[in-house]
Amino acid sequence: MKLIVAIIKPFKLEDVRNALTREGVVGMTVSEVQGYGRQSGHTEVYRGAEYQTSFVPKLKIELVVSDDVATEVVEAIVEAARTEKIGDGKVWVLDVEELVRVRTGERGAEAI
Amino acid sequence: MHYNSGDTAWVLASSALVLFMTPGLAFFYGGMVRAKNVLGMLMQNYVAIAVVSIVWVFISYSLAFGPDIGGWGLLGNLHFFALAHPNQTIPGYSGSTIPPLVFVAFQMMFAIITPALITGATADRLRFAPFVVFVAIWSIIVYAPIAHWVFDPNGWLFKLGAEDFAGGTVVHMNAGAAGLAIAMVVGKRRGWPKEPMPPHNVPFVLLGAGILWFGWFGFNAGSALGANVLSAHAFINTNTATAAALLGWILVEKIKRGKSTTLGAASGAVAGLVAITPACGYVDLWGATIIGLAAGIICALAVSLKFKVGLDDALDVGGVHLVGGIVGALLIGFFGTAAVSGANGLLYGGGLALLGHQAVAVVAAGTYSFVVSWILAKIIHKTMGFRVSADDELEGMDTALHAETAYELGGGFLRSLASSGSPEARIGVPQDPPLIDLSRKPGERR
Repeated sequence: MKLIVAIIKPFKLEDVRNALTREGVVGMTVSEVQGYGRQSGHTEVYRGAEYQTSFVPKLKIELVVSDDVATEVVEAIVEAARTEKIGDGKVWVLDVEELVRVRTGERGAEAI
Repeated sequence: MHYNSGDTAWVLASSALVLFMTPGLAFFYGGMVRAKNVLGMLMQNYVAIAVVSIVWVFISYSLAFGPDIGGWGLLGNLHFFALAHPNQTIPGYSGSTIPPLVFVAFQMMFAIITPALITGATADRLRFAPFVVFVAIWSIIVYAPIAHWVFDPNGWLFKLGAEDFAGGTVVHMNAGAAGLAIAMVVGKRRGWPKEPMPPHNVPFVLLGAGILWFGWFGFNAGSALGANVLSAHAFINTNTATAAALLGWILVEKIKRGKSTTLGAASGAVAGLVAITPACGYVDLWGATIIGLAAGIICALAVSLKFKVGLDDALDVGGVHLVGGIVGALLIGFFGTAAVSGANGLLYGGGLALLGHQAVAVVAAGTYSFVVSWILAKIIHKTMGFRVSADDELEGMDTALHAETAYELGGGFLRSLASSGSPEARIGVPQDPPLIDLSRKPGERR
């Protein structure tokens, strides 16, 4: 099993969710996060005073998938989240040691 | 005495409208401070309502509108102390068509919002009890005298011929000058201007500005003290100037930065309301439009001056209320027209006389307010300590001064978990010791 973590632009969530649904993904966790990469923040102006905001609002998507579909799922997220402008985000993949469904106690790939 | 029920009803309604401006102001300011200080800001405004409400009916109303002491036009006596002689005609208001007590109520709301306006200059750094003491004394020794000079027909500036329809000098310049004085005494916020201190809730600022705009019709059109042609002039002038100022401010932003902002729109509206306040019953549509536009443009430029002089007027009370008040007061000298009411200004064939009187009022009210406020703030600073400790300032006024937070992460669930492990204890029974202040020992100085 793989844990896929994606940082995306907030307004791309619907696109990404639709793409993942087409891939057969049945669940995910989304959180509001802030951070920066090469985009390195943005400028806000209040009554003429400029503020350099180093952290930009993003969404973090986390989902666990079986090994065989991980590559396609990552590809689907990347395609859906891309605007080709700076700040589009990152996707990374980690190995998952164990997974348990709380309701039934099922373990491993059955719990996905 | 024959009172007019229409006039009385309008001024009573206006009094309620003007009272509502102070909660509006609280949100206008509260949105501009950081999230850790929003309750501190709201509290200063609400406590100003309470303190001045009491002080006004017992003492400062009489000092402002009581029979003049010695005929100098400087201060009223205590004839109306604690609203003694409540139905007696106010000196100089013999033709009034409203009961004196209605006038007491209407003027009280002006006395309330004036010290509330100051809180924007000193945001995020005043201790609470000294602030309460300051407001009480300030409304007696600063607000009441200036109101007497300008509003009372026996006041020296009124007799001189200086015009202030609804409080451009008494309320706005006065608050602006006092705000700068106290900000000088207590010093700048820690980290200003290097650390960013952006507004935490811009929608609050716009909501507050909308409430101010709404309430201001009572402030200005109510100042006709009747429901009549003059109040209609004041109403139209107020709205027109505010609209022009909003457009002027966001135009400056567009030209300077390429983008107009919502905070700029709210600020421009308030700048226009301030500037038209002294003028709304003395100018025609042309005067109102130009005064509004001028205020929007000039105030939009003036708010950056604080960075140049290094004075932390946190929410631009100087840049908006002092500067806007001066713009309005002086432009009466150009645009005043007897066709509406009062004297003719320079552009309406009245010569320089009115402009001269306006300049005297601006200098006198501004200087008196600045100097006396500075001295009062200095005394309170030396005796009680006007400023919060460094720790409290970093922690924020909300928890440090009032033991509350405005915004609860996770709907309060996380905190209820943290306060106790047992489910029974989560149901809202206050825990002892309280969650905040865990690090402080009893009796330890903040």
